[in-house]
Amino acid sequence: MHPLLARNRLGLYLLGWLPLAAILVLLMSTGGALSWLESSVIAIPLCVVYAFICLSAWYTAKSAPIRRESALRLIGVHSLAAALVSYFWMGIGWVLVASLSKTSAFHGLDRRFSPQAPILFGAGYLLYSLSVASQYVILSLEASREAEARVLETSIQARDAELKALKAQINPHFLFNSLNSISALTSIDPSRARDMCVLLGDFLRLTLGLGEKASVRFSEELDLVQKYMAIEKVRFGERLKMQQTIQEECKPCLLPPLLLQPLVENAVKHGIAGLPEGGEIRLSAERQNGRLAILVENSWDPEAPPRRSGGMGLKNVERRLEARYGKDASMLVNAEGELFQVRLSLPAESEEKA
Amino acid sequence: MSLSPEKKWKALIVDDEELARHVIREFLQSHAEIEVAAECANGMEAVKAVAEHKPNLIFLDVQMPKLTGFDVLELIGTEMPVIFVTAYDEYAMRAFDVHAVDYLLKPIGRERFDAAVDRAKGRLGEKMSSAHELAAAARPPQQFLERLVVKDGTKVTLIPVAKLDYAEAQDDYVALASQGRKHLKQQTIAGLEAGLNPDCFVRIHRSYIVNLERVVRIEPYGKDSRLAILGDGTRLPVSRAGYARLKALLDERT
Repeated sequence: MHPLLARNRLGLYLLGWLPLAAILVLLMSTGGALSWLESSVIAIPLCVVYAFICLSAWYTAKSAPIRRESALRLIGVHSLAAALVSYFWMGIGWVLVASLSKTSAFHGLDRRFSPQAPILFGAGYLLYSLSVASQYVILSLEASREAEARVLETSIQARDAELKALKAQINPHFLFNSLNSISALTSIDPSRARDMCVLLGDFLRLTLGLGEKASVRFSEELDLVQKYMAIEKVRFGERLKMQQTIQEECKPCLLPPLLLQPLVENAVKHGIAGLPEGGEIRLSAERQNGRLAILVENSWDPEAPPRRSGGMGLKNVERRLEARYGKDASMLVNAEGELFQVRLSLPAESEEKA
Repeated sequence: MSLSPEKKWKALIVDDEELARHVIREFLQSHAEIEVAAECANGMEAVKAVAEHKPNLIFLDVQMPKLTGFDVLELIGTEMPVIFVTAYDEYAMRAFDVHAVDYLLKPIGRERFDAAVDRAKGRLGEKMSSAHELAAAARPPQQFLERLVVKDGTKVTLIPVAKLDYAEAQDDYVALASQGRKHLKQQTIAGLEAGLNPDCFVRIHRSYIVNLERVVRIEPYGKDSRLAILGDGTRLPVSRAGYARLKALLDERT
């Protein structure tokens, strides 16, 4: 539907045609062949009809988007349409004049109108062209408004995901369990208890600090993972092992903050914590052909009791990847037998380029 | 049941984290009347240790590998006082409150710990509310059972719900049929029904719940009833109301 009709602005639009009708009356009455009254009787109804005809330009404009068609083709299409439409309009003018001529008041009007007919054609051509132009203006305004809304929506989504991720980051379970470990250590080994306090403080500070940035270096993410693992190692002891294979070239890569640590936390919480004998987490990253590939693998027990809030961390990472890179990044989760894998692939951006 | 004053209390500490067990052990040192009979790092060990030591008091962590604290409680029954220990679990905490089960939050404070132990001593011999009800109350809403735990002697078996063919009521027990074997579990059939996803399991009879996936066909039997034939040839009675439920579910699926 035409936006004018859809938004109840038809009255305003017709009002805009009033001066146009006045100009047409003026044009037709100059030269003296037609009187003011006669040109008004012809021009005003014709303008009302034409106002509606010109709305059709919206559909031609929409079917021939300004960016996708060549200029020549655009001009060709719209000139042809303008010629046809104004010729048709002139025809309506002739029908009107012919029927008016039959009345006694306007006897002989057709004879006097004849030399003015080309004015009608010319005016029709111009008005239609004007209408096409204004349709394009409306279309581009709408497009830019939509684009603006889209940008706003994506940024809100990204922000939202980031906030949620932050909240999930400081996972209450992790925090309370760590505090309980510290409480135990105070009597067994006070200096280790102090170390643990420092580790936990560092971890929280890093999480909050990284969360505020738009992008962080991969090496900073690794640092956070290191701190996190050191804390969990105190809790799980020998049950938790970790192996890292990180290509040196990955370290300067930029990525959204808090992408890596949630993957490792997921591996601890849903993987190693469910195994009485514990297991190993393997983290590897490599940079190849402009892409950064991250793999987190861990052993897990497919029959372990379901943990609460299962998989929220992973969903969060996926959402944030999508908000940042769209289709240019992917996350693959694969659970096969007793091996759980999460694979991330994203564009390798580094600081020099950004 | 009462204990003579000179006889010591036996306590069991169940937690998968050594440091967490240490805190409880340390706090128990100031309760001379209680001795730690055993420490367990997971639910399987706990079930064994309960049978072996017959403790008077159990400190039970909620989240552990293999079996959760709730699973353990289901398996050992509710004859002895249990104090649950958890770091943070919104639903479990609510369930403990509703069923007046004592629990400690990590990090555990000394005063709170002493109060819980005193209360447990006062409750000796008093039965807790049903373990199944407690476990059901601790399940987040809209979440169904994913596996069933059964104990045969001291052997614990986990049956993933998808592998349950049907369940049959037998007095105070239900017999769970899975992969050609039957396991007895002390639970009512209504209690089991409440925990199963109603889109997959149907109560076809007063005494039977069937896994919809296993039903191959339904045959008329007698005047008012029918038989459900399962993939392995098992024939289960279907009551009139059961047939209506079964039909409604099958219609929904097609």
